[in-house]
Amino acid sequence: MSEYQFVLNGEKRFIDCELSRRLLDVIRIDEGLTGTKEGCQEGECGACLVFIDDEIFNSCLVPMSNVVGKSVVTIEAYAKTEEYQRIERAFLEAGAVQCGYCTPGMVMAVSSLLRSGKPLDEDAVRMGLSGNLCRCTGYQTIFEAVCSLKESGGQDV
Amino acid sequence: MKITDAVHRVDGAGKLKGETKYIEDMHFDNMLYAKTLRSKIAKGRITNIEYPELPKEIFIIDAEDMPANNEVAIIERDMPVFAKDAVRYLGEPIALVVGEDKDAILKYMSKIKIEYAEEEPVCDLSQAAKKPDHIMTERAYEKGNLSEIEYDEKVTEIFETTYQEQLYMEKQGVVGTVEEGVVTVYGSLQCPYYALGALKHAMGMDETKLRVIQTPTGGAFGGKEEYPSLLACQVAAAAYKLKRPVRLVLDRREDMAYTTKRHPSKMVITSYIKDKKVLGMDFDIMLDAGSYLGLSDVVMQRAIFTMTGGYKIANLKMRGRTVRTNNVFTGAFRGFGAPQSMYALELHMSHLAKHLGEDPLKFRRRHYVKRGDLTATNGRFNEEIYLDRLTDLLENMSGYKEAVSKKRILAGYGVSVVPHGGGFTGDGEAVHIKAVVKLKKESNGRVTILVSNVEMGQGAITTLSKIVAIVLEMDMDRVGYETPDTFKVPDSGPTVASRTTMVVGALLARAAAKLKNRMHEPGEVIITEHFKQPDYVKWNAETLQGNAYMAYSWSVLLARVEVDPVSYEVKCTDIWGAYDVGVPIDEKLLIGQIQGGMVQGLGYAIMENMTSKAGGIEQFTFSSYPIPTTMDVPKLHAEWIINPYQDGPFGAKSVGELTLVGVAPAVAAAIEDAIGIITSEIPVTPEVIERSLV
Ligand code: FES
Ligand code: FES
Repeated sequence: MSEYQFVLNGEKRFIDCELSRRLLDVIRIDEGLTGTKEGCQEGECGACLVFIDDEIFNSCLVPMSNVVGKSVVTIEAYAKTEEYQRIERAFLEAGAVQCGYCTPGMVMAVSSLLRSGKPLDEDAVRMGLSGNLCRCTGYQTIFEAVCSLKESGGQDV
Repeated sequence: MKITDAVHRVDGAGKLKGETKYIEDMHFDNMLYAKTLRSKIAKGRITNIEYPELPKEIFIIDAEDMPANNEVAIIERDMPVFAKDAVRYLGEPIALVVGEDKDAILKYMSKIKIEYAEEEPVCDLSQAAKKPDHIMTERAYEKGNLSEIEYDEKVTEIFETTYQEQLYMEKQGVVGTVEEGVVTVYGSLQCPYYALGALKHAMGMDETKLRVIQTPTGGAFGGKEEYPSLLACQVAAAAYKLKRPVRLVLDRREDMAYTTKRHPSKMVITSYIKDKKVLGMDFDIMLDAGSYLGLSDVVMQRAIFTMTGGYKIANLKMRGRTVRTNNVFTGAFRGFGAPQSMYALELHMSHLAKHLGEDPLKFRRRHYVKRGDLTATNGRFNEEIYLDRLTDLLENMSGYKEAVSKKRILAGYGVSVVPHGGGFTGDGEAVHIKAVVKLKKESNGRVTILVSNVEMGQGAITTLSKIVAIVLEMDMDRVGYETPDTFKVPDSGPTVASRTTMVVGALLARAAAKLKNRMHEPGEVIITEHFKQPDYVKWNAETLQGNAYMAYSWSVLLARVEVDPVSYEVKCTDIWGAYDVGVPIDEKLLIGQIQGGMVQGLGYAIMENMTSKAGGIEQFTFSSYPIPTTMDVPKLHAEWIINPYQDGPFGAKSVGELTLVGVAPAVAAAIEDAIGIITSEIPVTPEVIERSLV
């Protein structure tokens, strides 16, 4: 058994694959957690965002060597949090979901933005989500959804 | 609840949580992966293919494995499923290499040797158009008598557009399996029955032995209209031979370089002007169809049928041609020919207004069509058309008059007025599509919608469920939507041409009205409804005369841009849109379509620059093909009038495509206004601006 470990959604895992394997493939293929999507395969779209030790990364660019000893959280675990519930409500209310392929990654970016403590005005939201591409919505409903989290107490999460 | 009131999307929560299973997320026992072996040249003959000895668990599927025909039936059957002796574009599929392990497949593929007798490819559209055998289709029509009119002056302009890639976030993907003797294809696609039709021809089996099931589709925009038919034939043949599920999901680079995209075009437009009015127009468009016809002829027809836009022009000469090149084959993309022709028409109209020293909206108003007028193809506009009202709305919502009269530096405004016809061209709905829908009341009182129209992000499930629920006066959560599966749903036609709400929604509304009287009956009740062509639709497909579309939706747009004087970077700050889509079924879904279309149109206008060199697409990664990000989107302002359409569900007309079509000409005109140039191509990149300044 491998000496290398990482934590995935709160559970300890031994790394049995090559350390150069992409984290995205381990999540999606080896672990069968398909909520994290692959859009561009080159770090440009944000569909594959996950948390690594509380910071967001495009998992298509992360080799397993970079997560040794670290904690990875995907949408599957994040979707069980209360913070997620608020994001979900805001997105549904604003009509910010269309084809849904960018959406889990978008949710992760929003979560990171909430944790940053930045004011949730449109400029900050644009900046915070600038690494997430959406081809369907034109983004405006997503801005509305995120800005609406301000009213529900967005900063103290 | 009113029909226009916004509801939460039926499919929203599953997508947010990442629970929705797209094709690449689905598990199939014993599944094999497939990778496409592609031509490395744009034109030539394959003289030899050397496959190294096959390791265990690696398989080759090629033309020899097609059970009936090595042809993809789209409209013609000119495209092979796998190229056999000749290749006609760079990246053309030659075989699938199938195996259990992706790395092993790639390793094996690197050892395959293909020898070609290379021929000179024809890649330049204008050059190709000069060769008679490269004209795939040509269509023309006239109106009035252009050669006899008296005019003050004539103005000729040439416009060019390049490729646009759909860039749906979910790549193309299909899985072929054999389930209880039935060859089944699951896939991310818009048109289950198109894929089924292609399978019948390629596999030589009927619909009892073939089955197509749509999987949740992560964006399509036309890119998953005809192209999946090719992929479906490939995996069906593989699964049939290997008797195991075979998955083919394209790599993003393959998807960008080798699948259909918007046609590059060249257009020449001449206006004959008398007393500051356009009396006549001559329009010629050629489209780079690539190496196979696909849907190109239909795309070209839409371009020429709507070419006069919102204007009454008595004398016309129209011609369209689809041209064969050795570029990648082009196809459906939101707008379907209209983004090219409306770009040319609308920028031309802005140029004419400027030339005549007039406000661009005031100039357009003099030409507006109204109900009862003749269309370009001598049909009659049957529905009320309120272009003046829409223009008033736009002027008011944007503060137009004040804004354009103020002195500005490096900021400019541009407008466009465009229609988009809903549904298939001419009598296509009645003659070709013949949509059938079913509504089923279960014994527990729940109602299920049975149609082949798919959810691809646009909100079809929500829209159609809402229509049925409101007619039946029941809660939306008691209305279900069956997965588009050719074993379960009737053929209500493809999910294209902005027809789902307007045409299929209307059939469902009729079915629901009938079901309402039978809801009290015990047990199951099934209502079937067939499309009937409205009396006012008259069409002659030979002469191209009559009603090219059943009804039109309309938009009047204003764009505002700022241009950096040093870098010539363009920042679009605002787009205002006034719309007539009949009655919107759901305001939130309408806004979603409008904003998404505006931003995709903005990409087409200034950012998305896709080119082909010696037959190869040069931008095949996200980093080399930038689309609008959160930092690029302007403020988007949308309002609409309510103008019920007699044959639409609750008065609804079409929405999806219209929202993209008018953006590019408005933005291009705004850039011209900002820095005093004339342009004739999109995207208007800094390089184009620089060139226009000299
Ligand atoms: S797939 Fe990782 S950023 Fe696009
Ligand atoms: S909802 Fe389709 S890409 Fe964002």
